[in-house]
Amino acid sequence: MGRTLAEKVWDDHVVRRAEGEPDLLYIDLHLLHEVTSPQAFDGLRLSDRQVRRLDLTIATEDHNTPTIDIDKPIADPVSRIQLETLRKNCADFGVRLHPLGDVEQGVVHVVGPQLGLTQPGTTVVCGDSHTSTHGAFGALAFGIGTSQVEHVLATQTLPLARPKTMAITVEGELPDTVTAKDLILAIIAKIGTGGGQGYILEYRGSAIEKLSMEARMTICNMSIEAGARAGMIAPDEITFDYLRGRDHAPRGAEWDAAVEYWKTLRTDDDAVFDAEVFIDAVELAPFVTWGTNPGQGAPLSANVPDPASYDDASERLAAEKALEYMGLSAGQPLRDIKVDTVFVGSCTNGRIEDLRNVAAIVEGRKVADGVRMLVVPGSVRVALQAVAEGLDKVFTAAGAEWRHAGCSMCLGMNPDQLAPGERSASTSNRNFEGRQGKGGRTHLVSPQVAAATAVLGHLASPADLSEAPATAGV
Amino acid sequence: MEAFTTHTGRAVPLRRGNVDTDQIIPAHWLKKVTRDGFEDGLFEAWRKDSSFILNQPERQGATVLVAGPDFGTGSSREHAVWALQNYGFKAVISSRFADIFRGNSLKNGLLTVVLEQKVVDALWELTEADPSAEITVDLEKRQVLATGITADFELDENARWRLLNGLDDISLTLQNEADIAAYEASRPAFKPRTIEA
Ligand code: SF4
Repeated sequence: MGRTLAEKVWDDHVVRRAEGEPDLLYIDLHLLHEVTSPQAFDGLRLSDRQVRRLDLTIATEDHNTPTIDIDKPIADPVSRIQLETLRKNCADFGVRLHPLGDVEQGVVHVVGPQLGLTQPGTTVVCGDSHTSTHGAFGALAFGIGTSQVEHVLATQTLPLARPKTMAITVEGELPDTVTAKDLILAIIAKIGTGGGQGYILEYRGSAIEKLSMEARMTICNMSIEAGARAGMIAPDEITFDYLRGRDHAPRGAEWDAAVEYWKTLRTDDDAVFDAEVFIDAVELAPFVTWGTNPGQGAPLSANVPDPASYDDASERLAAEKALEYMGLSAGQPLRDIKVDTVFVGSCTNGRIEDLRNVAAIVEGRKVADGVRMLVVPGSVRVALQAVAEGLDKVFTAAGAEWRHAGCSMCLGMNPDQLAPGERSASTSNRNFEGRQGKGGRTHLVSPQVAAATAVLGHLASPADLSEAPATAGV
Repeated sequence: MEAFTTHTGRAVPLRRGNVDTDQIIPAHWLKKVTRDGFEDGLFEAWRKDSSFILNQPERQGATVLVAGPDFGTGSSREHAVWALQNYGFKAVISSRFADIFRGNSLKNGLLTVVLEQKVVDALWELTEADPSAEITVDLEKRQVLATGITADFELDENARWRLLNGLDDISLTLQNEADIAAYEASRPAFKPRTIEA
């Protein structure tokens, strides 16, 4: 019987398989950042262990880094200690680190792919749940906890039970107004935040095959919000084109050997998934969340749902609690919801394509009065590219703030936070209570919806911007 | 890691589903660089509300958390497990756990027990009616016991063995050094490297 993509990559990394034990899996790439690594390095020290493969390990600073005044000392002493701890740990153990101010610094899941380190058929781990992002390349990539970070540092392997596989097939053509973010939000709303639990998702079908690498990363990024640890997309010419010539992509004969292998990384026609979900691309529309988990979403044209409409008691209760927290009432049109802040950034939507999409919409327009718009590039490289294309000027001319790279308001560990009761439209991936600041209210949206929302001051799609921009070009 | 064989303690019935790790321990606590001292961050936002279950005097010293479905979703932060342990919890019972949270908890010796929702409901009713009611989580028998309730739970043999013996994963893996070295010798040359080896 044939095998799925996930099974092929898994099998190629089994170091040891024994009856009644989890497989011992080899890890090709280990990404580190300041938040989930300090206790792991401490563990190594306590047991007098070294990092086994420095050449498969790389660190960057992202969660705590400020996005303004980055040349000044970090104001929050606790954040500063965490960054200093990472610097010390990397220096002590010899790990390659891209600290604040370095040209390769950025959100860990933006940095790996842009360096060409994330490759098809590799296993990628990081102490961060959005490691699923890297699955866009046909890599098996998943988030791990700090104990596992220590385990990988010490052994370059992880004992893991093999998950089941789920195919999410999206056929047809996505309407022009629908982005990868809308698609993944719709998928999560359909299968639920626990729907992918225990599975590796494989996104496939004609709609997926047409997507750019950046769009594929947006989708795989949010696999975790459907409960799955990993999401994958089979590599193809689009993947190879993205990788060709990148710093750490193979070259010459090695490139040819790699591509030959990468081309085998497709689910066999006779392979069987443990579960399958079908989505008709044509039926999709711009999608936003109204609640406090990423599965609580609806098309932008819909109204805030009535909790009473849920048959399931725990879903009804969750919806009631969410509406209370979000300060919304049942039946209210989603389009009427006014926001205070628009956040563009994160490992979900902080790449260059996302910034281009936002710029195209705000160009020649103004951010609505009373709305704060933050544009935070996912990495320094993304920032430099945006500046080279003049996007930063488009943002500032519109009245948005153009910031330095980092996680920023995605989780508000740095000063970029919502005030209690403040409401945001955010291109990030989590709308949990307090995620963007205590009492903050988050609506997850695509970059395009974020841009239109910034201009109109309420949740909106670009189609709602009927009037032409005030000025053409910059 | 401390071994887990059996534990008996009072419970905190947490009638909430989809408790994500941002609720268990908010992000600003993640700036600490140690594994201890997270107890005050546990459910920090909810604890501001004096009516929150954890704030009730009769729940002080409880060691078993009985939570709604999909406990531990969201971020992979192991701090969520440490916070529960630092606070004093030895076991968490739910009808469904998020994968990463469950893996993290078992690695740290916090037993996550999956029981059917109707058993969870029964435990909620019991411990709400009588805050002094005790729950026993017996890992040897793979059984949860409380007044009027006996429920078997599943846990794979390997995870159970490691918990019962308090075994550290890394030492176990390093016993397979020869297999790891052999695998490394066969890795293709085109695999990425972050630095020249
Ligand atoms: S951008 Fe957000 S989701 Fe991504 S790594 Fe940073 S905090 Fe996590």
